[in-house]
Amino acid sequence: MAKQPAAVVGVGQTHHRAKREDVSMAGLCREAIDRALADANMTFDDIDAVVVGKAPDLFEGVMMPELFLAESLGAAGKPLLRVHTAGSVGGSTAIVASSLVQAGVHKRVLTVAYEKQSESNAMWALSVPLPFNMPVHAGAGGYFAPHVRSYIRRSEAPTHVGAIVAAKDRQNALKNPYAHLKNPDTTVESVLASQMLWDPIRYDETCPSSDGACALVIVSEDVAAASPNPAWIHGTVMRSEATTAAERDQVNPQASRDAAAALWKQAGITNPLEEIDAAEIYVPFSWFEPMWLESLGFAELGGGWKLSESGATAMDGKIPVNCSGGVLSSNPIGASGMLRFGEAALQVRGAAGEHQVDGVRRALGHAYGGGSQFFAMWVVGAEKPSN
Amino acid sequence: MTRTLSAPVTVAFDYTRSTGPVIGRFLTGLRDGQVVGGRTSEGAVVVPPPEFDPVTHEPITDFVEVAPVGTVTSWTWVPEPVKGQPFDRPFAFVLVRLDGADAPLLHALDVSSPDEVSTGMRVQVRWREERVGSITDIECFEVATESGPTGVEAIGDNPVTGVIVPVSLDYLYAASPEESAFYRGLNEGRILGQRCPTCEKVYVPPRSACPTDGTPTSEEVEVSQTGTITTFCIVNVPFLGQKITPPYVSAYVLLDGADIAVLHLILGVPAAEVRMGMRVEAVWKPREEWTYSLENIDHFEPTGEPDADYDTYKHHL
Amino acid sequence: MRDVAVVGFAQRQMPEFDGSPTCVELLVPLLAECYEQTGWTRRDVGFWCSGSSDYLAGRSFSFVQAVDAIGVIPPVNESHVEMDLAWALYEAWLKIQTGEVDTALVYAFGKSSAGVLRRSLSLQLEPYTMTPLWPDTVSLAALQARVGIDAGVWDEAAMAEVANRSLTDAEKNEYSIRKGGSSVEELLARPMYADPLRKHDCSPVTDGAAAIVLAAGDKAREVREKPAWISGLAHFVDPMSMGTRDLTRAPSAARAAAQLDLSGVELAELHAPFSHQELILRRELDLADDVRVNPSGGALTSNPMFSGGGIRIGEAAARIWSGEIGKAVAHATSGPALQQNLLCTLEGRN
Repeated sequence: MAKQPAAVVGVGQTHHRAKREDVSMAGLCREAIDRALADANMTFDDIDAVVVGKAPDLFEGVMMPELFLAESLGAAGKPLLRVHTAGSVGGSTAIVASSLVQAGVHKRVLTVAYEKQSESNAMWALSVPLPFNMPVHAGAGGYFAPHVRSYIRRSEAPTHVGAIVAAKDRQNALKNPYAHLKNPDTTVESVLASQMLWDPIRYDETCPSSDGACALVIVSEDVAAASPNPAWIHGTVMRSEATTAAERDQVNPQASRDAAAALWKQAGITNPLEEIDAAEIYVPFSWFEPMWLESLGFAELGGGWKLSESGATAMDGKIPVNCSGGVLSSNPIGASGMLRFGEAALQVRGAAGEHQVDGVRRALGHAYGGGSQFFAMWVVGAEKPSN
Repeated sequence: MTRTLSAPVTVAFDYTRSTGPVIGRFLTGLRDGQVVGGRTSEGAVVVPPPEFDPVTHEPITDFVEVAPVGTVTSWTWVPEPVKGQPFDRPFAFVLVRLDGADAPLLHALDVSSPDEVSTGMRVQVRWREERVGSITDIECFEVATESGPTGVEAIGDNPVTGVIVPVSLDYLYAASPEESAFYRGLNEGRILGQRCPTCEKVYVPPRSACPTDGTPTSEEVEVSQTGTITTFCIVNVPFLGQKITPPYVSAYVLLDGADIAVLHLILGVPAAEVRMGMRVEAVWKPREEWTYSLENIDHFEPTGEPDADYDTYKHHL
Repeated sequence: MRDVAVVGFAQRQMPEFDGSPTCVELLVPLLAECYEQTGWTRRDVGFWCSGSSDYLAGRSFSFVQAVDAIGVIPPVNESHVEMDLAWALYEAWLKIQTGEVDTALVYAFGKSSAGVLRRSLSLQLEPYTMTPLWPDTVSLAALQARVGIDAGVWDEAAMAEVANRSLTDAEKNEYSIRKGGSSVEELLARPMYADPLRKHDCSPVTDGAAAIVLAAGDKAREVREKPAWISGLAHFVDPMSMGTRDLTRAPSAARAAAQLDLSGVELAELHAPFSHQELILRRELDLADDVRVNPSGGALTSNPMFSGGGIRIGEAAARIWSGEIGKAVAHATSGPALQQNLLCTLEGRN
């Protein structure tokens, strides 16, 4: 049985900031939702179901906040689902929302993902000490830094590649009105001069902590007919593996490689470097760009850094990556994955504004979470999928 | 001996909530000694005001002051209050429809026995003296008096835009039986792993399920106290709740005889000289300080042996 | 829509689980039971979805270790909801409906006893004007019970009747942690707890986990002679506010019921953590008097958080497999005072 065709016809996001002190959690979500509905030319009355995603509840100190938010999100009297798959959650949530349409259950689904990190402190929430354990854990940066070191060793990458990626994404963010970080002066040199936080990761190579939300309207084929520029969903995939396992490849996890292989197959893509026109890849620490380029098959093993170093991932490069500025420029954790999925949709819809890449026919949205063990990805296209 | 080791954990944070305009208006009112409701598109006055209209979904903008006196529409008795509730002695939770409002508000009622509360009874707000813009600015409700609630004066003229909500939860954290065996071994100065009967990998600590095949690890294997640093990071960041003062090196140490690395602290060598492949050994705290914890090992430090060849540990990265 | 059936179910419930809040050691034997029931291995499962809560465990990402119980090399097609097992089942059912997979295993777990459950659940409320008062779950349910009593919609005797029947039925359920019926009179003579609720009107704090296996079409027929076919599945949510809701009703349950065909239902497993909530649900589902309600003893006798709702589906399915009944409705709830409700009809045909 084939999936029912589904398309994104509305994308909305907040102005991401370190602290959005002007809004409540509901207000934050509504800012994204109202933009998505307007983009889709719809109202709440048109929506059949709502899917909410966010990362750990400890971040905002509310258990299952979708329950108290239900009315404000227009979900009261409708089906409401809440997804949580760690950092990949924004992507997973979009996929669950798609499946409501692809299953033929609903025709118009609203999905929203958010994080209001300023309500607490992510480093605290992620590093609550466990009894009996050694308290060396130091947030996400502390977790990922050793694996970045492993990548550098394994690929023999020159150490400035991370800075190239960071400078590129920060420059791209200047073209995105919603991005959190706007530092026009960021250069490779300034990144290299920034403080070493979790050696080998420097301050300017890390993502910010943001308040923000992203919302999408995903609809069935007949509803999409009314949209001037639907982004058709050509493939979706989720894969999970363990956080820690004997001899687990933590630089290039099997779940990532398997997910990419399944995704390209679904989307009928045999050479992603040639066939994908823009990619929004979850890069919370700059080195993850070359790491994921290899894992996703845009580059051969050990060749990811060469692609990043060559400028191929810049907006005018062969495979523009994170034209929006990416996670390195805005990181409302729970929403970050959906922002990648939404930005990919904007690219194929020709609606990305100043950070639009010319002539994008197919784009990748990518998210990962946990200790690089949860993966969610999709391919969207300007044309209706033939399969 | 119980099957598992357990220890208390408190998860506590003072959340800094931004309220947005609607809840902010309500909390501003409380600070200033007023109860403010919101009028919905259908004309109902709701306290606290909903942020968005239930029908039109537009933000609520029509605010109405209601009386600090009202009628109990439902109540219950709280015989065993939990931490954080308005009283630490038995009290009533009530739904109170304030005069001028169409929907009731949830709060506490100060009475000394369930016999003193009933549906339909008249109650009034008891204001807290130090009001900050919080639902707890209403200390509680009390039985209505003829003179009505003691009036209070407005405290400030800046609107309330944020509220601090302390959340503190106490848990009893238990280690799994397999982890408990590991921590008990540490209490004897030994590092105990277990072998997975399916894939035969040695896990340190042992696991309730081998993540590769889902089989619990079983056969006990004592591993060496010497191992190889596979990879590491130098933590230079201070953060809330941190227990070790930065900078420090946190490293994955693959102990000889184990198939998975443990994360630990490296000392006895300048951070800049720590290398992948460096051979290190466990340095234990004095025996009298041992508990059931990985912290019994104070840190790892270099053995002085030549570095391990990359090929011997590259599949552990 | 594809024909999808419940073909496997395993559960464990206990007052205090002597193990870690990740519940991995509890899940391993449950998954083994599912494999035994189906004759499958983990590689026969096309999709996995779990339900749990970080606030039950007291730590972020408490669910990530649970996948160890599966054994995740090769990696799996997997998702997680911060919801009850019943909604994990819903996500899996969707996945099968898209045609992407033919089989799924869903599980959920929770160690409620790790904290003070009724207090932890205050974190589920509106965080600005409710949580700072720490209204516990029992108090909120009691406020709801009183509204119904005052309005004459139910009374304490009707509540005691629900409790007595549940405690009596629980004697036949090895997993129930509270059992032993007596009489309505005897129950009413017991002391009040959270007036108007007595302790037997409230579900006991329960640790536990459960797993359910779904399969489409022939895959289901290969497993069971009488698979429990999911003939309807619907869920809705109401606003949270205790002030604006009519607390004697559960509109989201009624709305779900309206989407399903409840005619011919012989049995209803209703997820009612408080006795009066069963009365609300029976009214919203418009159940006939001869429909057998909660023969398992229901949530009043055992209610492991995050699997308690899904267990209702499993209990109903097991009675269809055995041929005891031909059609059942199962219900799951979430949130304070029946805020969110899911209904699932199951039918035993070949």
